[in-house]
Formats: sequence, structure tokens, C-alpha cells
Amino acid sequence: MSDPFKGIEPMVYQSKINVPYSWWAGDTASKFYITLRDEKIILGTKCETCNKVFLPPRKVCPSCFTENREWVTLADEGTVLSFTVARRRFAAIPNNKKVPVIWGLIKLDGADTAMLHYLDEIKPENVTIGMRVKAVFSEVRQGTIRDISHFKPVQ
Amino acid sequence: MAHQKKNRNVGIIGIGQTKHSSHREDVNQPELIHEAVSLALKDADLTMKEINCVVHGNMELFEMVHSPDLWHVLGTGAYGKDSIRITTGGTVGATLSCASDNLVASGMYDIVMAIGFEKLQEGHTTGGITNMADPLWFRKIQAGALTGSSAYDVEREFGLERANRASLTYRIIMDKHAGLNPNAHRAFGLDFNQIDDLIRTSPKLVGELKLIEMCSQSDGACCVIFACEKKAKELAKTPVWIRDHITAHKEETFNIFGYNRAFPVMKTHKFAAKQLFERNGIKDPLNYFDVFEMYDPASWWAIDWIRDFFALKGDEHLKLVENKEIMIGGKMPINPSGGVIGSNPIGATALIRVAEAALQVRGNAGPHQIPTPVNHALASGFGGTMWTVMTMLEKDLNW
Repeated sequence: MSDPFKGIEPMVYQSKINVPYSWWAGDTASKFYITLRDEKIILGTKCETCNKVFLPPRKVCPSCFTENREWVTLADEGTVLSFTVARRRFAAIPNNKKVPVIWGLIKLDGADTAMLHYLDEIKPENVTIGMRVKAVFSEVRQGTIRDISHFKPVQ
Repeated sequence: MAHQKKNRNVGIIGIGQTKHSSHREDVNQPELIHEAVSLALKDADLTMKEINCVVHGNMELFEMVHSPDLWHVLGTGAYGKDSIRITTGGTVGATLSCASDNLVASGMYDIVMAIGFEKLQEGHTTGGITNMADPLWFRKIQAGALTGSSAYDVEREFGLERANRASLTYRIIMDKHAGLNPNAHRAFGLDFNQIDDLIRTSPKLVGELKLIEMCSQSDGACCVIFACEKKAKELAKTPVWIRDHITAHKEETFNIFGYNRAFPVMKTHKFAAKQLFERNGIKDPLNYFDVFEMYDPASWWAIDWIRDFFALKGDEHLKLVENKEIMIGGKMPINPSGGVIGSNPIGATALIRVAEAALQVRGNAGPHQIPTPVNHALASGFGGTMWTVMTMLEKDLNW
């Protein structure tokens, strides 16, 4: 029996959808960003039941399931819990950052959870888990996480 | 249909929902969910410790978050617990209820929490819905939830004037009900003497479907806690028993199985209702049920579907509306909550139908409580191109 698909090249159907989205930050995250922008202060929320301090700030303690009413001012220094290095450009890397780009999970002093941010002013090969880092604030701040430009090693 | 008696009975023991609104910029998604979950736990006098499994659902991709149940663990309380995500389109809230019922009835879990949510302010619904269809053959016709076809059908059968007036009468009844429900999103304070004005002035969306007749886009969440008979009796003063539920889908475009004369085209609502009532021995559903929380995306659909659900003949369904028998205090109160036209956080919407029906059975719905006893309640869900989920609730374990 001859192959009925002989010589048939599978076709590709090109399509595209356009889906604009927006997400409300909510009161809790908004307070964090406004304070960061206007005062260069990094705030966390604290659970009154288990005493955990959350950065990013959480409205509700996910363990105790109670509302975190207390705000805590955190140090601008902390510890690298983990890191990764991007050596090729991709869409999530801002235009003003050059590869290699180092991302770190940083636990600020006084916080119990880690935040994701850039490590800079250091070569990738010199980054270590447990190293001490300090926040460098941006000159122009617009109420985004990049109001902290990056974290640099504590000298 | 393969359907067997339940392994054990299941009761609703906790209900919580947010105030539904066009936008909730003060909270993010997990924070919104936490409000409903906290209210349901408070209602049941439970903590998360007693919850064995969390069933989470909303519309796929409506807020463009993949696996949102993972992020939402901040508000759902599912951390360290068994958790399942379900998404079945507009019916998802009703499916959450069915799944929770099955999970408890099976003996797998004693207490299950269902959470439905949507934050439509953040989303792009048509973007999500468009992704539903077969991308090669049928995607182009996906227009979302707007259709004028029901209006056309009712008009053709009963004439434009009667059809229009029935649709607006239904709409104003829903507005009056929503006015009594503190959680409702939209309550305009409409009155019946505005019918002619609204027919003339409300912008037409598709055909005779007018803006005032269409449901809203809402932000909101709903949480319902289900327990096995033993736990329900221990933990709740008035558990509301889930007697049965049914789900029906149909192939609308005949492009997979083709048209089959053995299954003549019948609306899924009509098909599901017939099966459900037959297997439960209910011969006259209009008399049997004391309240019906119907998923009514638009008033045209609503007036047409009343006939399907209750197997009514001729213009009986229109008379129920025209004589205001569907109002609180009428023969068959429909949507004392104000319905989907009043509030529509889609992933929560069909669960709200079950929740509101259960509140009516419990007798503590609030200002929109039906004044007469509610022993038997019906809730429906609607979604997709034409999908139906129906749930029967009972006050007493005596069927």
C-alpha cells in the first residue's frame, strides 16, 4: 500500500493573541513600595502569633493564618541564601543590566524570609552562599522593587 | 448514566464570601481569598487545622497566573495540606462543590474546603476564553459570554414587546433582590415603572441584549466547607445536606462526534434537570423546591432557562416572571441573592449559587432570607459553550 502522506510537509498554523493584564498590588505591598520610594526604608510585616517577619511583606501569616498588623523596619544589610547567574540575555533582564547578571535570594537582618534581587559590584565567581550584602538604593525611585538598584558585598 | 448512591452523606457546615465589587485595589488575589476563607472558618467555628483538603478553582488564565493555587496558598491556608485545583470554566464554582462533595462522600477526607475566586478587574476574559477552542478550526468564533440568541428566540416565540418586558421584569426583580444582599456588587435601586425607559435607553450589546440585562464583571471570593455526616452533626447546628449533583456538557459544533439522532439537540439545562429529577423521584420540581439559585449571566438567558430547568410548557415560564412569582415571597423565589446579574466574580459565581442556596436552607441568609421555610433548594452553574451543573440541597436527611 502506498503511503498517502508521502511528500506531505506538515504545515504550521501561525497565530497570536494579545492579552494585556494588570495586577493590584493591594494596600500591603503598596505601603512597602511607597516607603521604599519616599524614605529609602525597607519594611516587613510581622506575625504577632509566631513572630515571623515577612519580606516581601505579607498581609496574612500563611502559617498562623492571622493578619499581620505590625510593621517592622528592616536593616539594609543581609545574607545571601542562594544565587544564580544568567550569562545570556533574555527578556526579564532590564536594558541597563549587562550579562552576566547575578540574582540572589537575600534574607535581610530582622526578616525570616528571603527576597529576590540583583547582586552587583562583584564577579559571579566571587559570590558565596552566606556572604553579607548591603542594599544600594537607586537615585531615581519610582515605587518599584528596582528602587533598590542592587545588593553589593559588605566591605 | 453511571450513577450510584453516595457512600456517605455530606453536609455544608461553613460559608464565607467577600463583598463583591467592580474592583478591590486594596487587596491582591491571596488577600482577597483570605477574607472569604476566614469568614467560612468563623462561620463553621473551625481553624485550618481541622481542614483536611483544600479545593481551589477559578477561570483558567483570566488573571494570567499559571497555577494560581500555589501563590494563593498565602490566603487559602493550604500550606502542608492536600490540595487540588479545579478549573471547568464558568461552572468551576459548581464543580468545586461537586468535587468537594465527592471527596468527602468517598471517605477520602472528612472535611474539605472549596474556594472559588476571581479578580476580573485584573484580567482579560476574552484572552482567556479564546484559548479554549481548537486552535486550528474553531478559535475564530470564540467571542466570550455575549450572545443575543436567547433574546432572538424569546422574541420570535412571544413577540418583541412581551419578550422585552419579561426580560426587564426579571432584571428589575434581580436588582431588588441584590438591594437586600449586602455582598451584592450591583444594586441600582431600579423599579418596575422604569421598564419602558430602560428598553428605550439601555445600550444594545448584541441584538436585543441590552447593557442593563447583562451580568457584571466582579472581584470576589467564596468559600464553602463540606463535612461527612458524622462531623457535620458534631460541628454544625444546621448542616445543609447535599442530596445529589449532576454535570452535563454537549458538543455544540458537531465537529468531533457529528450530529447523532439518538441524542437530539437538547439544551444541557433541560437534559441535566430531567436526569437529576428523575433519579431522585421528583415529579414536580416547581412545587418541590423552595428556592432556586440560578446561574443567570443575562436576563434573556434567565427567562428562557426557567422553562428548561422546570420543564414548563408554553408561556408558563414567562408568567412566573410577569406575575413576580420568582420574587422573594413568590411561588418559586429565584436568586434572592440578586444572582449573577448582581455579582459575577466568575470562578466564585457558581459556588456562590450553592452557598446562597445553603444559606436559604439554614435560614440565616440575612435581609434577603425567604420568609417561608426552605427545606429543598436547587443551585445551577453554567459555563463554556453550553455546560450545566446542578446541585440539590436538603434541610433534612430524609430522602
